[in-house]
Amino acid sequence: MESSKLKREKDSQISDELNELRMESSELKKAKDSPISDESYRRSSFPDEVLERVISLLNSHRDRSSVSLVCKDWYNMERWSRTHVFIGNCYSVSPEIVARRFPKIRSVTLKGKPRFSDFNLVPQNWGADVHAWLVVFAAKYPFLEELRLKRMTISDASLEFLASSFPNFKALSLLSCDGFSTNGLAAIATHCKNLTELDIQENDIDDKGGGWLSCFPESFTSLEVLNFANVTSDINFDALERLIGRCKSMRVLKVNRSVSLEQLQRLLANAPQLTELGTGSFSQELTPRQYEDLESVFNNCKNIHTLSGLWEVKGLYLPALYPVSTHLTFLNLSYAVLQSDELAKLLVHCPQLKRLWVLDTVEDKGLEAVGSNCPLLEELRVFPADPFDEEIVYGVTEAGFVAVSYGCPRLHYVLYFCRQMTNAGVATVVRNCPDFTHFRLCIMTPGQPDYLTNEPMDEAFGAVVKTCRKLQRLSVSGYLTDLTFEYIGRYAKNLETLSVAFAGSSDWGMQCVLAGCPKLRKLEIRDCPFGNAALLSGLEKYESMRSLWMSACNVTMNGCRLLAREMPRLNVEVMKEEGSDDDGRADKVYVYRSIAGRRRDAPSSVLTL
Amino acid sequence: MEGRMNYENDLVNLKATELRLGLPGSDEPTEKKMRNNKRSSSEISEESRTSGVTDQAAGVNDEHEESAPPAKAQVVGWPPIRSYRKNCLQAKKNDEVESGSGMYVKVSVDGAPYLRKIDLKVYRSYPQLLKGLENMFKLTIGAYSEREGYNGSDYAPTYEDKDGDWMLVGDVPWE
Repeated sequence: MESSKLKREKDSQISDELNELRMESSELKKAKDSPISDESYRRSSFPDEVLERVISLLNSHRDRSSVSLVCKDWYNMERWSRTHVFIGNCYSVSPEIVARRFPKIRSVTLKGKPRFSDFNLVPQNWGADVHAWLVVFAAKYPFLEELRLKRMTISDASLEFLASSFPNFKALSLLSCDGFSTNGLAAIATHCKNLTELDIQENDIDDKGGGWLSCFPESFTSLEVLNFANVTSDINFDALERLIGRCKSMRVLKVNRSVSLEQLQRLLANAPQLTELGTGSFSQELTPRQYEDLESVFNNCKNIHTLSGLWEVKGLYLPALYPVSTHLTFLNLSYAVLQSDELAKLLVHCPQLKRLWVLDTVEDKGLEAVGSNCPLLEELRVFPADPFDEEIVYGVTEAGFVAVSYGCPRLHYVLYFCRQMTNAGVATVVRNCPDFTHFRLCIMTPGQPDYLTNEPMDEAFGAVVKTCRKLQRLSVSGYLTDLTFEYIGRYAKNLETLSVAFAGSSDWGMQCVLAGCPKLRKLEIRDCPFGNAALLSGLEKYESMRSLWMSACNVTMNGCRLLAREMPRLNVEVMKEEGSDDDGRADKVYVYRSIAGRRRDAPSSVLTL
Repeated sequence: MEGRMNYENDLVNLKATELRLGLPGSDEPTEKKMRNNKRSSSEISEESRTSGVTDQAAGVNDEHEESAPPAKAQVVGWPPIRSYRKNCLQAKKNDEVESGSGMYVKVSVDGAPYLRKIDLKVYRSYPQLLKGLENMFKLTIGAYSEREGYNGSDYAPTYEDKDGDWMLVGDVPWE
């Protein structure tokens, strides 16, 4: 956490220096082109070596993009020094184009499917298969070290190919991916001799058993990050214990539910240097002696700042965590069913907490405890324990949200699932916490108004965008008219990502957003009354955005065809429902800019117009 | 979760032991009234939680619940929870109910202010079930006998079978 903050500060210092250089360079150009070439305007050019050095220190891909736009020289210096490439949409560019521009890449981050695929809105075989990328990388980047994938499809064969094609391979991170089984993980464990990171999170894995973990050879000692919470079947505990024992540099360990408390204690006894821990099941019946051992081993782990897991947690055993709680900055309880008093007791011991994820079983009272005990809190995520049961009436409400805002003025990231909310509540929250950068509010019943006044929730989100000038990401919910979107267009000048569902009254709403938000990059909309007029009002806008998603709206095939015709550098994809007619509604539309042209791997259910 | 059954206790034991050939539902007015008393406290949610999801999935709804809306078709992909998290929560629920899918049924008692839910899988025999009901509602049901039903108590457990007939608990073998 700390080092990334330092990096950011360093980056912004370098950014400032670059801005100066950039201004000088454009002055130079102007001077050259101006009809009156006055010697006094000429300055000596900045030595290349210095410029190269400065550019090579840049880490932010946005800064690097800016640098590459200054002039040809800068473009070339930047491309030769770039070692990490971030591709936010795998179809916006081809692997060949990437390899041609950046010859020295050692680390790649790739994102694939539209975000709504996380919620089953995208057909299974939609695409985003990484294999074609791996083939190019094997040829052009044989020394590739890191691969981070989000919402991509990766097969076991691809994992085997990866494991055997890159001798220096160090870090694999798979988040929300699919297409592979534990056999693929076995291949990675077996062949990647220099692996430092294996981070498997929230994927759809075909779990064929825990044997993969035993595939790490006895000679293998380099692992620093191991997260296999996602892979639930039993692993060979002895193999795990030996692995942890010989990987002395391990700092992040997140085990799965099959690891018991007693086993966890044994692991930690050998790994006191851990900084991030994900426990297994936290509910074994412990003898007093075992409990003491557990407490003492946590006492020895002075470096743990991130804690997660805690499956099936028994409130009774939480006190064993107190020695660790005092240094915690990130506590992820989103898989731990805790009641309000259990959470309150624990939080008394977590004064340094910056990020907290919980289930709504803690209710408003639990959130009051958050407000009282965690003054440094910057991020809060409250997940629903029973999102689909309509008989449930508990959970969190506006009261809990407001309570947190009074106690945690530094709050800037919130994800809040609730069953009731009020305009006044939200207004109070943002008055207390004006620095929100990410505001994601999900009122779980679609189209639900302010439950006290019965009015739309327009004023709530109006308050958010008017008060939180740094807002980058917004998810809206509840009963909303076009007024919400007028507010967004008028005030949310830093907004980059907007998610809308079951909201709005007419095309005007979407038009306001497209016309008003200069930094908009991702717009995802479902079940809203926005049609062709709205879609087509953003013609030029979409080229400055990463993507647009519209599903179950009023857009028609003809509207999409028109968009595709007018904007050849956009890919306009329509996902066809079975049996729907060709000239009717376009049920799911995905629009994105691309320099790679239309994709050739689309399944038959996806039409590129 | 197929074949949910409802257990009903009548105050008047005559009614309970009476063999009637009438259509099911002639007792409805009283029954409906009771069954529609939904508590809003977290307690009932606690008990109905474990069966909630599967209920909706099976689409089975209590025929007598007229004031509650019919099982709403779940909106696809809403609320926006990742499949991974959904599956974890589901797995958790299944764990809680030991054998993988609890068999919860609603129980209403004449005169009680709210309904309860019990997991039939927790019991292995009728006497155990009756004991459970007695404990839950603080009443006596008495012993079952083939000839006299539940003699010696004001309460008799009945259920509605798949044909819609009101049946006395205990006639059919437990399995």
